[in-house]
Amino acid sequence: MAKIKVFINDKPYEVEDNQTIMQAADTVGFKIPRLCYHPRLSIEGACRVCIVEVYGQKNYVASCSFPVADGMKIYTETKELRRARRDIVELILDNHPQDCHTCERDSNCELQRLAYSMGIKKRHFEGERKKYQKDVSSTSVVRDPNKCILCGRCVRICSELQKVSALGHAHRGFKTVVMPAYDLPFTETVCTACGQCINVCPTAAFVEKNYTQDVFEKLDDKSLLKAVQIAPSVRAAIGEAFGLPPGTNMEKQLAAAMRKLGFDYVFDTQFGADLTIMEEASEFLERLQGKGKLPMITSCSAAWMKCMEQFHPDLIDNISTCKSPMSMMGALLKTYFPAKLKREPKEVFSVAVMCCTAKKYESARPELVVDGLRGVDTVITTREAAWMIKSVGIDLVNIKGEEFDAPLGLSSGAGAIFGTTGGVMEAAIRTAYELYTGETLVNIEVDGIRGMKGIKEGKLMMDGKEIRVAVAHGLGNAADLLDIARKEPDRFHFIEIMGCPGGCIGGGGQPYSGINSIPLDEACLAKRAQALYDLDRNKTIRRSHENPDIQRVYKDFLGRPLSPMAHKLLHTHYAKKEPRGIISRNIKAR
Amino acid sequence: MERLKEYIEQVKKKENPESYLIAILHKAQELFGYLDRSVMDEVADSMNIPTAHIWGVATFYHYFNLKPKGKHVISVCLGTACYVKGADDVLNAIKEELKIGVGGTTEDNLFSLAEARCLGACGIAPVVMIDDKIYGELTPKKIKEIIRSYRKK
Repeated sequence: MAKIKVFINDKPYEVEDNQTIMQAADTVGFKIPRLCYHPRLSIEGACRVCIVEVYGQKNYVASCSFPVADGMKIYTETKELRRARRDIVELILDNHPQDCHTCERDSNCELQRLAYSMGIKKRHFEGERKKYQKDVSSTSVVRDPNKCILCGRCVRICSELQKVSALGHAHRGFKTVVMPAYDLPFTETVCTACGQCINVCPTAAFVEKNYTQDVFEKLDDKSLLKAVQIAPSVRAAIGEAFGLPPGTNMEKQLAAAMRKLGFDYVFDTQFGADLTIMEEASEFLERLQGKGKLPMITSCSAAWMKCMEQFHPDLIDNISTCKSPMSMMGALLKTYFPAKLKREPKEVFSVAVMCCTAKKYESARPELVVDGLRGVDTVITTREAAWMIKSVGIDLVNIKGEEFDAPLGLSSGAGAIFGTTGGVMEAAIRTAYELYTGETLVNIEVDGIRGMKGIKEGKLMMDGKEIRVAVAHGLGNAADLLDIARKEPDRFHFIEIMGCPGGCIGGGGQPYSGINSIPLDEACLAKRAQALYDLDRNKTIRRSHENPDIQRVYKDFLGRPLSPMAHKLLHTHYAKKEPRGIISRNIKAR
Repeated sequence: MERLKEYIEQVKKKENPESYLIAILHKAQELFGYLDRSVMDEVADSMNIPTAHIWGVATFYHYFNLKPKGKHVISVCLGTACYVKGADDVLNAIKEELKIGVGGTTEDNLFSLAEARCLGACGIAPVVMIDDKIYGELTPKKIKEIIRSYRKK
């Protein structure tokens, strides 16, 4: 890449050609304020917060979209510029609700931070307020147009990264509103409940449906048996909500905190993941022997499942019938678990702490009901769990760590890596290989399918047979990978899809980004993933089928993988859903 | 719908067919008088354009009607001459009589209300056009009577 010379605030710098002023300034340590910009999305240039002065230009230019040129003189900080930027932010604020202290994003709001850093100490303008109805129809995502500042990040992530395009800008001028087609409630749209709009929203225009009060109420109910399960990627990220660096493993502290909150039993979704692998690897081998369609596609990701039913119903027969780890766990929590304690299934209140907003939707799927009961009664996100822990004054950072409870708390390393892209595949390979060949797979870390690349391919030999696998994360990458699989039906045997960027670690329920970081930052996602890989490496049991508690649950209760009992409790089915999803081939991410 | 489908098939043969979205919506409005959900769904389906995007375009441009027009379209001139002669009061009288705003249609589908710029009849300002007939030198009372006469028709 060619180097060019630019002057920033009168000092010379060598920067790379072919970048924007903002990118160039970032590399030399000037962080220009910004709002609608997101490094993984197309440039909107809507907010004008990132304006800079370029010598020779009549007006200030938006640094997010203006390219650098050799000899360019750029000013990122002048008295007039500061004032102009401050006015812009003030004008955004002037029709924004003044309810920061009761807002879900209080102290986590990019607009609030920006206003503070601009030095806005009072409101000079009082503009007309927006008065729209909130959309609370969805089990997962709440849309509040009154808090929307029209930066368009949600629209772009939904159409560019996820290729779902549930959202758009409707109407014009002051009356512009971000909404689904025909202003329909989310439940009647193609929304997959992935929650990425929440992740990238700078304000509280999108938040998760909050179930914390429900959980608090049930925790007070002495007649209930309160059980909670915790997803792998929650432990890798929740520390961020308490000021710890990304990738700090909080597994044991979380178990302790959940008991302090009032849960009687703290279980690990990683146990559910081990169970999923037992079923899924067995199902894969059946399909490999001609019983069922190939490639088999994973079914753990709740947003992906809804996406598949609306956007890719032609692939229903390729989808594994396995429930997700959360829902397998839920099924056991309403059968095996109360039976062991000689209690009634309906006495169990089962909560799942998930990195995911779509899991709220999944837990309510009627197909997952067993004997009239939901496996998981309530799902709360990492953020909601962090809030509950803070709210009752538990010091998560300094708390003494505790272990998960038996019999649904012990997990293998394979269960841990479920939370990151490529992890389900890797875990499945470890078990499928041994079930198929009768030998133990020695090199269990499958490199080709690790990492943050959008679509990954790998292969391995099983008894002389070449098994070709592929992995995609983010629903947009998934759509691209499935196009390849449709064109070349024999190219892959096994496909893993996770709905969110980076897999569950980048889920729509993970902690908001901190000061000076950006949601879905790849370095942050990689650190969360590393925490799970470290967990795996530090375990003596790294293969699901070697987990003694898994062996016990099969021996005592389920029989064997794919048994009638396993089918009743651990498998489900899918069906085409309306409205049909449309994937535009013309929308591209950066 | 068949004629719309034919039109879309023609468009799809062109380069960058998705850039013809506005033209297609115009065609649809010409055929049906307004854009309803089934029409936009059809365009989305056959053009492979997400419905949220089509909805964005259809709501952005004032020209597109999202509801059927009433049997009679009342256009109130708000040009300078009419305005100084009290077009504002006339407009308010119509809104009061019909209980709709500008761009709206009455529940019985009899009237739609629109604003117009100069209709070229400044000599008899303020004027209102109902369908293709011009009414001049109006007062709030007169226009209400005229509207009532249309109701009886």
